[in-house]
Amino acid sequence: MCLAVPGKIIEIYNAGGLKMAKVDFGGVTREACLEYVPDAQVGDYTVIHVGFALNRLDEAEAQESLALLQEIANLEDELGPDS
Amino acid sequence: MRRSNLQFAIWGLLRQSAPRNDTWNGNTVKYISEYRDAKLVQGVIEEIKRVVTRPWVIMEICGGQTHAIVRHGIDQLLPPEIELVHGPGCPVCVTPLELIDKALAIASRPDVIFTSYGDMLRVPGSGRDLFSVRASGGDVRVVYSPLDAVKIARQNPDKQVVFFAIGFETTAPPNVMSVMQAKSLGVKNYSILVSHVCVPPALHAILGSPQNRVQGFLLAGHVCAVMGYWEYPSLAEKYRVPMAVTGFEPLDIAQGILMVTRALEENRAQVENAYPRAVTFEGNQPAQAMIAKVFMPCDRKWRGIGTIPLSGWCLRPEFDEFNAEKRFDVGEIQTSESPLCIAGQILQGLSKPHDCRAFGAQCTPEHPLGATMVSAEGACAAYYQYGQRASR
Repeated sequence: MCLAVPGKIIEIYNAGGLKMAKVDFGGVTREACLEYVPDAQVGDYTVIHVGFALNRLDEAEAQESLALLQEIANLEDELGPDS
Repeated sequence: MRRSNLQFAIWGLLRQSAPRNDTWNGNTVKYISEYRDAKLVQGVIEEIKRVVTRPWVIMEICGGQTHAIVRHGIDQLLPPEIELVHGPGCPVCVTPLELIDKALAIASRPDVIFTSYGDMLRVPGSGRDLFSVRASGGDVRVVYSPLDAVKIARQNPDKQVVFFAIGFETTAPPNVMSVMQAKSLGVKNYSILVSHVCVPPALHAILGSPQNRVQGFLLAGHVCAVMGYWEYPSLAEKYRVPMAVTGFEPLDIAQGILMVTRALEENRAQVENAYPRAVTFEGNQPAQAMIAKVFMPCDRKWRGIGTIPLSGWCLRPEFDEFNAEKRFDVGEIQTSESPLCIAGQILQGLSKPHDCRAFGAQCTPEHPLGATMVSAEGACAAYYQYGQRASR
């Protein structure tokens, strides 16, 4: 139910009185409603749930936490799994 | 939620196109492949092994996470000290039997087109399911989004179109938007059958139970994408349990477990965020405002668990015209539940699927006794599908 998939906004338009978008999921395009992410722009990544963008994905946060996890992985490499 | 064929196709494509090596550093983040990097996941698992000193019981709330954990074998990689128990975050599983029977009665009417997310179709009511209603001539349709149901209503003005609006907080913004769209477009033949539930009251019920074993929580990332996590610090403090907002990819889940384990070891009852790319403390404000406009809190019965006070949302009286329960009088409902099914125990983290005598015998995804065996978020379905039958 709470499955949500990241996708990239490739086109924004209005339909049925709502702000809608075409969203690209790694080559497959689907329509999604952008009413809850009013600031979203073409090129933004959003997390899409049952045809609705729930939030914009924050690239800076993503890079920062990946860098931290990479550090942990590097550290484990250096120390070895048993230390 | 059972994924539609298209969603499967999307996942399939994403899996095929996902680069094997980590390409995130310095490149555009695609938000999937980076979080399935085996080396990074292994690093976090090793760190969990390093920090853990004694046994801990951690519950993942969301059934989507249960499936990810079992599918990727994360529970098998963890040190023996960490026991994961599976939570109630499967909306299909906790939708009360009375409401499913009501859905069956409404869907059987010749003037109704009944629309639903696919997962609900095989959930057993008292004796039958929505599939069997369809087989006997009912117009039951699976939709990807509630806006598709509004579209069907506009295309079929001579029919009553009902959408089965179930779900946790994640699904509420789409469901309320369908009502707002129907209202603004003047669609008179659209209504929703609401069974919305909320996570914080369920945590309160689990933690307040004398049988509770749970010492830390992985909070449901997409519930928090909508609601933020401002509702949880008071719970964490009251019951002295740490929590981590957690995403759905293997790396997200490993990171959430690491955060909770560290907090448990350091005796910190805090709420931390292991999913900051999608979740902020405040959550999605426009979505919360729209939910508050259309829904109001109400007591809700959870299948197999019982009534939890103020644990759900229902339509505000000013939206009565869109309330399927008000629009259709289905008369007295007499429910009957399988006496063998222990789904309620499983949903509260008190039992595991393999504790059930009927698991894999009388109860299979083809012939489910309870909803936890049907749903793509149900713990029993996860254990059945991925062969996780051994106890640990």
